[in-house]
This record gives sequence, structure tokens and C-alpha cells, in this order.
Amino acid sequence: MRVSEPRRRPGGTYQAVVIGGSAGGVEALQVILLALPHDFMLPVLVVEHLHHSDDGSFALHLASLTQLPVIEPCDKTRIEGGRVYTAPANYHMLVERDGTIGLSVEERVNWSRPSIDVLFESAALAWGEALVAVLLSGANADGTKGLGTVKKAGGLTIAQDPAEAKSRVMPQAAINAGVVSEVLRAEQIGRLLAALSG
Amino acid sequence: MNDAKIEMIEIDLLLETIFQRYGYDFRSYARASIERRIRQFLAGSRCSSISEMIPKILHDEEFFSNLVQYFSISVTEIFRDPLVYRAVREKVLPLLKTWPHVKIWHAGCATGEEVYSLAIVLKEEEVYDRATIYATDFNDESLDRAREGVYALGKLKDATKNYQQTGGKASFSEYYHAHYDAAAMDGSLKERITFANHNLAVDAAFGEMHLIFCRNVLIYFNRELQNRVLELFTDSLVHGGFLCLGTKEDLQFSEVSNLYELVDAKAKIYKKKST
Repeated sequence: MRVSEPRRRPGGTYQAVVIGGSAGGVEALQVILLALPHDFMLPVLVVEHLHHSDDGSFALHLASLTQLPVIEPCDKTRIEGGRVYTAPANYHMLVERDGTIGLSVEERVNWSRPSIDVLFESAALAWGEALVAVLLSGANADGTKGLGTVKKAGGLTIAQDPAEAKSRVMPQAAINAGVVSEVLRAEQIGRLLAALSG
Repeated sequence: MNDAKIEMIEIDLLLETIFQRYGYDFRSYARASIERRIRQFLAGSRCSSISEMIPKILHDEEFFSNLVQYFSISVTEIFRDPLVYRAVREKVLPLLKTWPHVKIWHAGCATGEEVYSLAIVLKEEEVYDRATIYATDFNDESLDRAREGVYALGKLKDATKNYQQTGGKASFSEYYHAHYDAAAMDGSLKERITFANHNLAVDAAFGEMHLIFCRNVLIYFNRELQNRVLELFTDSLVHGGFLCLGTKEDLQFSEVSNLYELVDAKAKIYKKKST
């Protein structure tokens, strides 16, 4: 698979990246974020299934791993390029079409709050074909439905190679559902994303 | 025109229909979340498109009432975010104690879990007996459940642990009576709570409050309605009164931010300035 050359989607460039992970997802996320250069131009929105009592320590941990600013957003935070936004524990994170983040404490989706589906579906509506969505390691099927929405809207959908994932259930579920455009290892995903704003 | 654009029109028309027919104004709600709810409701209905729901909303009140229930499912728990109740104990109640009578407005109380949490803290800090708590919500069904104060016993496991983290001085089990798999909150906690219907999107101010507790309600509103409600709160608070928001809600970018000083950054507690 060619991942080294910059990608241009037909008719324009990508505007945003969303990433979802659960069990084993953090390891892959670290590899991906490390690959992003300090002048990376796209916003990166991350849902990682956390323990509900996490009080921002996950965001701090990520911040120590990447050159990009990591933000645990408040409701209505404006989304800016070159920043990593991680969903706070116990809140769903949604993208509004006006370029801000919406939070919600509605019931769990796929037993999860934050839920990857909720982020991906709202991001697909906001960014359409200019969105890249990445689904990483995890032990449930959160994210499959959301990837489907991204794909239907014309966005690029990527799953971590289940052979590499610590927990293969999540990426495999999406692959089986036929909603994944590319299956890549974490390090390849990092390079692909880095090339997007190159 | 693509499907997404057409859906936007359908949703605009649906929200407008609800407003004109029933007076509930969801047009100023945060859009992504309300759209998600509508799509979900559609999936479980017999309608094949959002626009097909519109005539039903107009002519079938029961259909509408089911939809509204769906719009207002807010999930909360007893002592959600223990750090907030600890901050209320340590930074708010010592000052409220200096008033002879304390009026508290819990806006958007949903099914009541957090009203009882607050009542427990007020009792333990010896403010309860001179307090009046107005607990309001726009959803009558939620209010009924709040009034009953009966919760699944399973939900109370976390509550016990959370209670201890708030600096609780007693045993949490003193505050409820277990019966089979349900727990009824103790009647003494209800004595000074008045439950009432109030819709933040359309109704007026409540007077002379010393503390307004409104957590994870504003997140469902758009910026414009947020600002309107924050003005309503500002009008309803006495000088030196406190406002407690959800831990991910922030006054910083609102129109009223300069009228408040920050009391606790993590618990999102603010104090209305004197002038």
C-alpha cells in the first residue's frame, strides 16, 4: 500500500481527522500522534474509551507524547487546526457544523460514553468528504456504524490492521461491515496522516 | 441538493412545527445532539423520513409526547462529580450560612438524583433547615420521578463511593430505604424541596436566589440560548450569590463572564460580583 505520497482527495484537501480507540487503542494512538509534525494543519479529534473517573490525566498523558497542543475541550470550544481534542470521560463529544465542539451526557452508546459512533457520525455531517476517520484497537463494536456514516458521506475510512491491534474486535467489526477503505498498521496510519497536511 | 442538506431542511421544519403547535422551543438547542435524537427516534418509529413525522406531530399528541421524552433523556447519578459537592461544602456553604434564609434553584433537575445529593450536603453542613430548594425541569415525567425519589439499588453502589469522596461524614445508607431492588430517598430530604415545571428556553426569572445549580443543562443549548439563560440566572441571583455549572461548561466565553468571579475552576463554581 502506498502511504508515502501526500494525498489529495478529488476536488480538495482533507479538513479534519477523527480517531476512535478502546482497549489497546492508546498504544496505537501514541504511535500515530508521534508521527504528526509540529506544523500539522488539521484538527484531530479523539475518542478513547476511558474510565469514567478520569479527570483529565489521559489528556495530560497524550500531551507528553505529541508536539501538538492537546485539549480536553469544554462545551462550545472552537475547533482549530493543528490541535488534538480528546473527549472528556463521561461525556459524548460531537462536532457542530459551525466548527465548535458539543458535549452531551446522554445515555451510553455501545455501552460507552464517550462513544466513537457519536463523534464519527456528527463529524461526517460537519465535514463530509473532507474527513478522515481512523478506528483503532478495541474489544467492542463501537465505531463501525460511525465509519459507515463517514464512508457514505465520501470521507476516507481507515482501520488499524487487526493483526497488529491488541484487541482485534473493533477494527475487525468495521472491516466485516464493509465500511473500511484502508487497513493499515499504526505506523502507516501516522505516515499517511502526516502526509495529508504536507 | 444532497441528502444531508435535505435532512437539514426536514429538521428545521420539524422543530418549527413543534414550536408552533406546542410551544416547546428546541430550535435553539445544540444542533448535533438534537439531530442525533431525531434520527434515533425515526429509526424506532414507523416513519420512513423525518418529514413524515411532521403530520404526526401536528395531529397525534401521544406521538409528540413520546418524541419529547426522547429529547430530554439526560443521564445523571447521585453525587455525579464528587469534587463538585466537596467544593460546595468547603467554599459555598460556609458563606451561605451567614444568611438567615437560603434560597436555592436547581435548574434542570431531571430525575432528581443531584437534588437529593445537594440536600444531603446541605443537611450535613447544617444549612438545610433554613434552605428552600426549588427544583425545576421542563419535563413533567422527569419531575414526577424526581418527586418520588426512588432509584434502582444497583445505581447506589457508585453513589456510596462518590459520597465518601465529597467529604461525607455519615454512612450513605442513612439517607435511603432499600426495598427489594429499589431505594427510596429518605423523606426528610424532601421537606424543603419544591418541585416545579419551568422551561429555561421560554420561562422567566426566579427571584432572589443565593445559589443556582445548573449542571449539564446548558450543553444542550446553542450559544444564543446559553447566553439568554445565563442572563436569566444573573437576574435571579442576589449579589454575592453562587452559580454552579457542569464541569465542562464555562462562563469564559459568555456575555456575562465579567459579572462573575471564579470560586472553583474544576467544579465550575462562580460568584456574582457585588456591583
